[in-house]
Amino acid sequence: MPGRYRELLSTLFRFKSFVVGLCLILLFVGFSAYAIVTIPYYEAIRMWNSIEYWQDYPKLALPEWINSFSPKKLPVGTIILDSRMQELGISKSVQQIEYGGKGVVINIKFVFNYEYDVFPSELAMWFFVNTTQPLLVQVVWIKPDGTEVPVYADKLGSYKYYRITGDSKFLSSFERELVKKLGAKPNYAMTSEIALFAKEDESILSKETVYPIKGRYRVEIRATSQDPNADLDVKLNIYGKVYGLVGTDRNRRDLWIGILWGAPLALSFGVLASVMTAFLQMIIAATAAWYGKWMDYLISRLNEIVMVIPFLPLLIMISYFYKFSIWTLLFVVVVLSIFGAGIKTYRAMFLQIREMSYIEAAQAYGASNARIIIRYMVPRVLPTIIPNIVLSVPSFVFLEAALAILGVGDPQAITWGKILDEAYSGGALYWGYYHWILAPSLCLVLISIGFALMGFTLDRVFNPRLRER
Amino acid sequence: MAKILEVRNLYLYFRTLRGNVKAVDDVSLDLERGETLAIIGESGCGKTSLARAIMRYLPRNVALYKGTIVIDGIDVMKLSNREFDEKIRWVKISYVSQAALNSLNPVIKTLDHLIEPILLRKLATREEAVEKAREIVKLVGIPEDFLYRYPFELSGGMKQRIVIALSLITHPDIVILDEPTSALDVMTQANIMNLLKKLKKELKLTYIFITHDIGISSELADKVAVMYAGKIVEFGPSEQVYVEPLHPYSRALLNSVPRLHEEKIPTFVSGAPPSLLNPPKGCRFRPRCPNAMPMCEKEPPIVKLENGGYVQCWLYAGKT
Repeated sequence: MPGRYRELLSTLFRFKSFVVGLCLILLFVGFSAYAIVTIPYYEAIRMWNSIEYWQDYPKLALPEWINSFSPKKLPVGTIILDSRMQELGISKSVQQIEYGGKGVVINIKFVFNYEYDVFPSELAMWFFVNTTQPLLVQVVWIKPDGTEVPVYADKLGSYKYYRITGDSKFLSSFERELVKKLGAKPNYAMTSEIALFAKEDESILSKETVYPIKGRYRVEIRATSQDPNADLDVKLNIYGKVYGLVGTDRNRRDLWIGILWGAPLALSFGVLASVMTAFLQMIIAATAAWYGKWMDYLISRLNEIVMVIPFLPLLIMISYFYKFSIWTLLFVVVVLSIFGAGIKTYRAMFLQIREMSYIEAAQAYGASNARIIIRYMVPRVLPTIIPNIVLSVPSFVFLEAALAILGVGDPQAITWGKILDEAYSGGALYWGYYHWILAPSLCLVLISIGFALMGFTLDRVFNPRLRER
Repeated sequence: MAKILEVRNLYLYFRTLRGNVKAVDDVSLDLERGETLAIIGESGCGKTSLARAIMRYLPRNVALYKGTIVIDGIDVMKLSNREFDEKIRWVKISYVSQAALNSLNPVIKTLDHLIEPILLRKLATREEAVEKAREIVKLVGIPEDFLYRYPFELSGGMKQRIVIALSLITHPDIVILDEPTSALDVMTQANIMNLLKKLKKELKLTYIFITHDIGISSELADKVAVMYAGKIVEFGPSEQVYVEPLHPYSRALLNSVPRLHEEKIPTFVSGAPPSLLNPPKGCRFRPRCPNAMPMCEKEPPIVKLENGGYVQCWLYAGKT
C-alpha cells in the first residue's frame, strides 16, 4: 500500500544521515544521467582513447577554479590561432608576384591578448603546406612592447608539426641575443614560453623576477615560394595552465569527462555486483535449506571450499587468460564473491523459516519447491538484506578501482580506478599533480560515504534488533 | 448416498533416530457425501497424521505409507505426486492446517494468497481467480477491502476465515479441518463454528473435523472416529458414540467432558498415551484400561456394528 511506503519514507527522512547519503548518491546518479545523455558510451570510449581529439587541450592543467584562490592568474585553456578560421585577430593574404619567375608571397598574421601573470605551459605550431616547390617560411613573434623575436625559419615541402617548447636551436639563439642585449645570461634554464612572453630587461635574468608581458602579441608568418599556386595554413596553440572543472591529465584529456563517465560505471558495477551477489546467495542458501540432505551438504561443502580459495590471486590468474571487459569482470567478481559467509548466514535464517507453518500450508495447497523458495522464503529475509546490499555497494566500487590499479580490468573503460592507475603510473604523486589523484579519489570516497550513510540508516530502520520506536 | 471417501488399511510410519513412529496404524473409515466426520482423541494419537496421510502431505522422514484411499471413486494411491496435485489436492480435497493462524505468508496480500491454489493449477485466469476470491470472502463474511491487506493486519478470527476461504476457493468436495478453532477465544470459536455450519449447508461440503474439543465436535459431527495411539478404536454415528460409547477409551474420554445439566464430576483417564515408537502389544489401551483382561495382550478384533460403525475391543468379540 502506498501509505505504508510513505510512512517508511518519512521514517527514513527523519534521519539526517539518510538525507545526506541520498543526496550524495543522487548527485552521482545525476552525473550518470548527464553522462549517458550527453555522450554515448562508445562515443565516450573512442573519444577518451583518441589522441587527436585532445590535441588542443593543455597538458596536466589544474582545475580552472584555482584562479579564484591564487593571487597570480594562470592562463586558462588554450589559445588556438588557426589561419583556416575566419576570426578576429587572424588574417591571411596570398599575393602572387613576378620577379623574373613566378612566385607567391603568403602573409599570415595572428593577434592575441595575453592577460595572465604566469607563462603558458606549452607552445606548438602546425604547418599545413600544399606546394610543388619548397616554401620558405619565417615566423616572427612580436611582444606587446615591440620586441621582435624570430622564432622559426625553414624550407617546408609538406606538413610539419613544430613544437616550440623544447626547441633548443631557438633557445640557444635567443640566449645569445639576450647576452648581446643585457650582457648577462639568465641564471636558470630558459624555456621557449619564457623566451616568447617575458619582458626582456633585468627581470628576465632571475627565475624569481621574470614575468610575462600583458597585452597584444602578434605573430607574423611570411612564406614565399616559386610555385604560384602554393598554399600555407598555420595553426598555433598556446596551451594554458588551468582547464575545466577538474583539469587534465598527461594525455591532455579533460578529467571531467572521465569523472563523469566513471560515475555510471562505478554505480552500475557496485549496485549490480552487490544486488546480484546478495540475491544469488539468498537463492543458493534457500535451496540448500529447503532441499536439505545431499543438496544442503553439497552446497555447504562447496561454499566452504570456495571460501578458502583466495579471491585476488584467482582473479588475477583469470585475467591473464582472458581479456576482461567491465561486464565480464562483473560476472567473475560476482561468481567469486557469492560463496562466503553470506551463504552461511542466509542458510541459517532459512533453516528457521523452513519450519514455519505458512510454508507447510503452502506445501499443503501444492506450491512447488521453486515457488516456495522464491515467493515464500526469500521475501522473508529481504528486510534484513536490503541494508547489507546497500552497504556492500562501495566495497564493490572500491574493488573495481583496486583491480584497475592492479591492472585487472577493462583496458578501454573509463573508470575512476583506471584514472587513478594512470595517475599513479604517470607519477602524479611524485610530480605533485594532485588534481589527477584527488578527483577520482574524492568521487570514490563520496560515493562510499553516500552508500554507507544510507545503509546504516536502513539497517536501523529495517533491522528489528536496532529498530528505534 | 455415494461414498466420497473410503480409507482401507492405511499405514503411515515415520522414521526417527530411535526407530519407526507408528503414527497411523491400519486405519479404515468411510464417509458419505455431505457428512461430517469428527476425529477425536488425545494429543499425539495420530489425528493430524491421519489427515496428512489422506492429503498425501507427508514430511520427509516417511518410513511406511500404504493402504487404499478412494476419493470420489478415484483410487488416489495409484496416482503419481503430480497427478495427485492436479486432480485431487485442492480440487477434490483441501486442508486447513492446525496452525491456521500462522499459515498465511506474512509478505503477500490476502488476495494473492487466495488465488494461489487456482493459479498454481492454472484452473482459471488471474481475473477469474480474483472474481472468485471476491465471492469467497463474501461467503466467509469478510469485507472485500481486506483482500488488499497483509496477514498481520488481520485479527485471529479473520485469519481463520481467510484460511477457510483459502480451502474453499477451488470448490473441493472434502475439507479437512485440523483443529480449526483451537487457538481462538470462545466467541470467535462460536463464530467460526457457525460459519462452518453455514458453509456446509450452502456448499454441500463434506468435513473431516479433527479436534480434541469433544463439545465442539458434537455440534457438527454426523460420524465420529475415536483415535488412540495411531488406531481408530471406535467408529460410528455420532448419536451412538456420544450417547453410548462402546470402547472403554471412548467412555473414559467422554466422561472427562464436563456436562452442563448433570451433577457429575468429570473423571480423567489415568496414565499417559503410549509412545508410538514402541506401543504396547495387543490392545494399545490395555495399560490404562479399567476393563483390561488377559486376552487384551492379543491384537483386538474389529467388531462391526449394525449401524455401519466398528469398535476394536475384546469386550465385544463374538457379541454381534
